[in-house]
Amino acid sequence: MPEKIKFFIDGKECLAERGQTIYEAAKANGVYIPILCHFEGLKPVGSCRICSVRVNGRWMASCTQPVTEGMMVENQTPEVEEYRKAIIEMLFVEGNHFCPTCEKSGNCELQALAYRYQIMVPRFPYLFPRKDVEAFPTFLLDHNRCVQCRRCVRAIETKDGRKIFAMKNRSGQVRINVDRKLAAKMSEEEAQKAMEICPVGAILKKEVGFKVPIGKRKYDFKPIGSEIEEKSEGVKNE
Amino acid sequence: MARKITIEPVTRVEGHGKVTIHLDDQGRVAQARFHVVEFRGFERFVQGRPYWEIPVLVQRLCGICPVSHHLAGAKAMDVIVGVGPGKLTPTAEKMRRLMHYGQMLQSHALHFFHLASPDLLFGFDADPKVRNIIGVAKTHKDIAVKGVLLRKFGQEIIKATAGKKIHGTGAIPGGINKSLTPEERDYFLKSPAPFNVDTMIEWAQEAVQLFKKIHRENREVIDNFAHFPSNHLSLVRKDGALDFYHGVLRAVDAEGRKILNDVDYQDYLEYIGEEVRTYSYMKFPYLKKLGKEKGWYRVGPIARLNTCDFIPSPRAQKEFEEYKAYTGGKPNNMTLHSHWARLIEMLHAAEVIKDLLNDPDILGDKLVKKGRKKHEGVGLIEAPRGTLFHHYRINEDDQVTMANLIVSTTNNNQAYNEAVRLVAETFIAGKPEITEGLLNRVEVAIRAYDPCLSCATHALGQMPLEVELYNAEGQLIDRKRK
Repeated sequence: MPEKIKFFIDGKECLAERGQTIYEAAKANGVYIPILCHFEGLKPVGSCRICSVRVNGRWMASCTQPVTEGMMVENQTPEVEEYRKAIIEMLFVEGNHFCPTCEKSGNCELQALAYRYQIMVPRFPYLFPRKDVEAFPTFLLDHNRCVQCRRCVRAIETKDGRKIFAMKNRSGQVRINVDRKLAAKMSEEEAQKAMEICPVGAILKKEVGFKVPIGKRKYDFKPIGSEIEEKSEGVKNE
Repeated sequence: MARKITIEPVTRVEGHGKVTIHLDDQGRVAQARFHVVEFRGFERFVQGRPYWEIPVLVQRLCGICPVSHHLAGAKAMDVIVGVGPGKLTPTAEKMRRLMHYGQMLQSHALHFFHLASPDLLFGFDADPKVRNIIGVAKTHKDIAVKGVLLRKFGQEIIKATAGKKIHGTGAIPGGINKSLTPEERDYFLKSPAPFNVDTMIEWAQEAVQLFKKIHRENREVIDNFAHFPSNHLSLVRKDGALDFYHGVLRAVDAEGRKILNDVDYQDYLEYIGEEVRTYSYMKFPYLKKLGKEKGWYRVGPIARLNTCDFIPSPRAQKEFEEYKAYTGGKPNNMTLHSHWARLIEMLHAAEVIKDLLNDPDILGDKLVKKGRKKHEGVGLIEAPRGTLFHHYRINEDDQVTMANLIVSTTNNNQAYNEAVRLVAETFIAGKPEITEGLLNRVEVAIRAYDPCLSCATHALGQMPLEVELYNAEGQLIDRKRK
């Protein structure tokens, strides 16, 4: 059995398997590091930077950075938390996120992060960009809510491995592009999978709105990340 | 010298409006207008949204009776998903009714106890510092407590059915997303007094008695204040019973003759027109058959009790019989009798809530149905303030392409102008200045209809009250604000 790597998160001694990323190792040690573009089972890309930590004084994306021996990771320090909060706030003002009427409300990771980071008032000006809603046979793509995490790009493929979602344009104009021919062949189940992989309410399977009542949604009672932290608490209590 | 008087804002109503009164050279009222000065544009910005978002989206018009918009939107969407009126599962239909009657209870309690009772208990000319809900709480503590708890009970019913007290998600196209658990039901049926449905029925009955007592003591004022003939419109159940959730459209004239005979509201455009006037963002609906001048009508409690034949719950029916007997069975056209009608409705709502809670269907698990999709749907409901119309069209991609909303307050638009004109004629009578008495009475007249201006223009705001006097040349010569 390979020897475990010792490292530290906010001074807490942790152990990691060789090759584990900081995010994976933190989770295994009961420490929550927020993620948004990353989805377990997909290859991490480190694009949203919400999982940023400081390691030996340098900023790193914990979803892509492997743990090395003796690493000193700063995770829940005021500076790191403030940095993440700013990213979440920027995501909100860059799009048109109206939680009250969104099907994903209560299940939305961006909303859950905003609650966890207690974003009460916007500090950046809203950009109110003009965005559209594209319709496909089994789903709608609401660009107002898209955070360009690329989860759909990485996760949704045809049976012969062709990508249905892709990115187009650059910088502020970047947006998800859908192969209409391939999307037309997507089944209801595949549309459901696309909706579930989307961290926000950008991909909406048709005709399923609000079937899960308030009180039964993922983050209705517990903040995002608490399942990881509770596991850690449980270990301590035992 | 001709003058114009402006009252802005009108207080203790929901939203922001103002009143202008134009006087002629002899100081007589030439014209009275109720302006709604907000604009919001919901009908435009729901375009492009997927249809299943509508019930949750449009309820954001209002925080006072969002359930009405939620359910009217859902009823329109039922038609779109091919599960129109009468086709919902019993559980879905009864859960929605429970939600709606809970809302009627809370909204009527809010209006009577918080907004209107200060005028009735202290008199129109009492010091405004006392004539408010805090004043009621100080001098009539039991009444204030009952008002607060009646409202809370209704709000808790909404929470149990919609998931939240304000802006829930219960109704979805073709059904509902939850039913009650036995624990939720028993909370309302079996909690220790006072927080149970039997106590709420008793208190609602007491509120009717309270109004009748105030009426006995102030009969002349209450009967004559802004008393004017009009048409009346509402939904009624097919057999003529009072029904807040569903029915056919019926209108009667001031004498009680049917002028709209129990028609299907999917065809409302054949019967109802909307006129736009330059001075207000609120439109003026009218019965097409009678034209713009004569076709205006009232909606809300007073109209509902004028159009329905009976109330299908025993205590409210008994009160209804006494109420009808007062006008010899003819329609009641007395503005301040709205309060009486509203309280009878509140009693009815409490009785229906009890019946629904005792119905086993409320615990059922068949929640949603789906039928053959259509691209257009109309949903009507009797909101606390009156008939509410929602009309939508969608495209092949399930996105809304057209929305038309005629809300309760809009339906009463001309009634406000009439009420204000009558009050102004009585209380100005050539006086050169704006008196406190005038200000108070104009507000009392408007408040009797419980307007929700944010809904009416699909807008939001606070209401200050300002009166301005204009001479014939349009110059401002006097202004009072409170």
